[in-house]
Amino acid sequence: MISFIIRRILQSLVVLVIVSMLVFLAMRLLPGDPIRMILTVSSAESFSEEQIAQVRHEYGLDRSLFIQYFDWVGGILHGDMGNSILQRIPVSDEILRRIPITFHLGILAFIFGLLIGIPVGIISAVRRGTWLDTLVVTLSNLGITVPAFWLGVLLMWVFGYYLRWLPIMGYTSPFTDFWYNTKQLIMPVFCLTLFPIASTARQTRSSMLEVMRQDYIRTAWSKGLTERVIITKHALKNGLIPVVTLAGMAVPMIVGGTVLIETVFNIPGMGRLAVTSVLNQDYPYVQGIVIIVSAAVLLVNFIVELVYGWLDPRIRYD
Amino acid sequence: MVNEATPNVADNGRLELPPGVSEWHRFRRVFLSRGVVVFGMIIMVLFIFVAIFAPLIAPYDPYEPDLDNTLQNPSAAHWLGTDALGRDTLTRIIYGTRTSLEIGLIVVAFACIIGITLGTLAGFYGGWTYIIIMRFVDALMSFPMILLALVIAALLGGGMKNVIIALSVALMPGYARLMCGQVLSVKQNDYILAARSMGASNLRIMLRHVVLNCVSPIIVQITMMLGVTILAEAGLSFLGIGITPPTAAWGNMVADAQQYLLVLPILSFAPGLALMLVVFAFNMVGDGLRDALDPRLRGIL
Amino acid sequence: MPELLKVNNLVTQFKTESGVVKAVDGVSYYINEQEIVGLVGESGCGKSVSQLSVMQLISAPGEITGGEVIFEGQNLLEYKANGPEMRSVRGARIAMIFQEPMTSLNPVLTIGQQLTEMLVLHMKMNDEAARKRAIDLMGLVGIPAAEKRIDDYPHHFSGGMRQRVMIAMGLSCNPRILIADEPTTALDVTTQAQLLEMMKDMVQRFRASLVIVTHNLGVVARYAQRIYIMYAGRIVESGTTKEIFGQPRHPYTIGLLKCIPRLDEAEGTKLVPIVGLPPNLINMPPTCAFLPRCSYKIDKCFKEPWPELTPVSDNHFIRCYANTEENKK
Repeated sequence: MISFIIRRILQSLVVLVIVSMLVFLAMRLLPGDPIRMILTVSSAESFSEEQIAQVRHEYGLDRSLFIQYFDWVGGILHGDMGNSILQRIPVSDEILRRIPITFHLGILAFIFGLLIGIPVGIISAVRRGTWLDTLVVTLSNLGITVPAFWLGVLLMWVFGYYLRWLPIMGYTSPFTDFWYNTKQLIMPVFCLTLFPIASTARQTRSSMLEVMRQDYIRTAWSKGLTERVIITKHALKNGLIPVVTLAGMAVPMIVGGTVLIETVFNIPGMGRLAVTSVLNQDYPYVQGIVIIVSAAVLLVNFIVELVYGWLDPRIRYD
Repeated sequence: MVNEATPNVADNGRLELPPGVSEWHRFRRVFLSRGVVVFGMIIMVLFIFVAIFAPLIAPYDPYEPDLDNTLQNPSAAHWLGTDALGRDTLTRIIYGTRTSLEIGLIVVAFACIIGITLGTLAGFYGGWTYIIIMRFVDALMSFPMILLALVIAALLGGGMKNVIIALSVALMPGYARLMCGQVLSVKQNDYILAARSMGASNLRIMLRHVVLNCVSPIIVQITMMLGVTILAEAGLSFLGIGITPPTAAWGNMVADAQQYLLVLPILSFAPGLALMLVVFAFNMVGDGLRDALDPRLRGIL
Repeated sequence: MPELLKVNNLVTQFKTESGVVKAVDGVSYYINEQEIVGLVGESGCGKSVSQLSVMQLISAPGEITGGEVIFEGQNLLEYKANGPEMRSVRGARIAMIFQEPMTSLNPVLTIGQQLTEMLVLHMKMNDEAARKRAIDLMGLVGIPAAEKRIDDYPHHFSGGMRQRVMIAMGLSCNPRILIADEPTTALDVTTQAQLLEMMKDMVQRFRASLVIVTHNLGVVARYAQRIYIMYAGRIVESGTTKEIFGQPRHPYTIGLLKCIPRLDEAEGTKLVPIVGLPPNLINMPPTCAFLPRCSYKIDKCFKEPWPELTPVSDNHFIRCYANTEENKK
């Protein structure tokens, strides 16, 4: 089991390194000279070649790519991701400020996705063919087709403008005003969690149906066990295995979703930052965000693998 | 104990053969058995039709502004009203169909081809090829699709071509993984050994068996991914990256309409609804295909 | 002494896309105490379905549409399929083991967990006692190092070992009847022999009755006291093992026996297969289902519906018009 864990950690690290290299290369290979961009942004004067060379040296951009890369990585490991081109402040500051906000959104969406999606899927599978099952299937099919951003706009109109029940934008820290923060989050989290709930329900239902057809379930019935025991003890562990994969994939989905939702509801999180920095071509931000998101997703994948190992003993001795 | 059927056993008037249902009939029957799937199929065909014949169907020009008639409510002249520049919403939705379907199909085609190639190579050759390709695919896959598309679009700039590239890259890993998995499991299968023992060459075996086995999951995956791609493209154009106005795309239509939410809500509703319908149609058709082609996939796809 | 289990006119149907399949079409048989009975027939003849029906383990699109299953004085079919009464019968009074040991055990639970849950449920044992008993049972069925292996998972065991575990599970709550559905079909020949011998011993030790469902007459020849031969959803011949093997009367049985290679036959004797294929069970004609493949058919067979089971001697019944005794082919 230990070797399994270690191997998975190493693999994740390799992937992280690959991602960092890709990002770094991508940024450096940009069309357009970053120096000119830095300089043009800050002042309207034109600079002489010498001054440009000097600034280049200042920013260390005249060294070989290898050195620049390692320098950058070293910086990251010390928490320094460079400075924003636009704002001249350390990128890590802003990112760190926004991580908790996006995390708050994302975690809520993820938890709801599982807490609601899995039981709904199970009930639907066990009561297959009844009106309940049909309802769940229809709703979850709808749930995966609704464009999250459009739903956000819609909800904003209904609950924000029309009914005036909920605030339509912004984010106050829950520590400052918990109740208001909750009201602010209802619509965004709902939009964000709809897809995870729907797809989790679908997947759970699917895999539970598959499991219930298996021979070992028939054996369980022949032993005289109750339906409840058969489902919770025999079927569930097997049925949840594909759902775990789905949960792992849900995290990138949710992160992607925050990009749109934060824009719609004007929430100052990392997603919104990603969009604005892409539009403003403020690349250090983009770099930093990519690395953080990557690391987060890899961490989640790693946890998913661990849960796999716990659920399915056949994998443990890989 | 039992040998071939003897044809002259018609003593009691019955030829004892198992019920013969052709594969096509079975497929058709299962596929059409669910109402939602048929509904999805009809919608899908409808949208494809609209996309192809857009210039013939649309009542107005999607680009030409008409500043005398801005922000009109739905009326006989403009079934869905007009936008801030006086352009007919219905027309723009019709042309938006074109954008969505075009991008969707091209992206999926690219992702499919590249992904399948990479996956097959990785699965077939194994060893270092496998490790390198699969780690690369893992890296891509672990990344949120929108974010990836965002970054690539940032690098390359906006515009349809770059959106296509960005989305193809983001979508490709799914196919690569699928294909690689299929190749690996076919490689291990007994019937490969059997074919080998009968003298068939390696390449021939691989191609034949792998292709036969993979057709079903890939077809299903394609329809599913079409929906995802269209949604992703809409998201990107909503954010202002990718297809920008004046080109009619449902995403940027929703974005534009946000400011007029109180005045003319239909400007936001209509494109969103169109989006939903199309994605729903593709998803349902994908479901139907999966059930009809190979119900065993139900637990996986 | 009354029978332990009496099945009367059991009918089980399956609704398929092509029509209604009468998998079990009026099957009647009985089991006595401490008896070993064989139920023999080809794939698709309904033998497995009949046993699943007894346990009410049939689910949609299948349905038990007629008959009685009298066990310990009660008609089991009157109980709801998953109601408390039926559940108290399953595993505790009638147990069943299945053909595929590879897939019949839950891969994510240990053998110990799967063994002890029955003991806790039906025998009301506490965890400790159940665990001890499980280890004992594993030893009885011949699993070495039971103490250590009880916490292993099914994929750590070979097919033969898994089947032994299934047998242990089956007998763990001292059922009156153990139904073994093709218990050895998926195993190699040596393991088959060992397993059957062990099953016979265990069943005797537990004083239970055993129903062996199989397509292989050889398997029941040695162990069963009585045999039922099934074809197309009905029993076509029944009798003691001695009579069935010594004086088979139904054309199908005769055909089956001719297919078995025997060591005491002269060299060069040919195996004679039964011509034709098993029938399509949808829309069966009223006449004898074996007709197309029969070498003994007479005029009456074409005109009359399939006959009832008629006795040819004390305990020997066949469902046939032809007199195979006289027309030996």
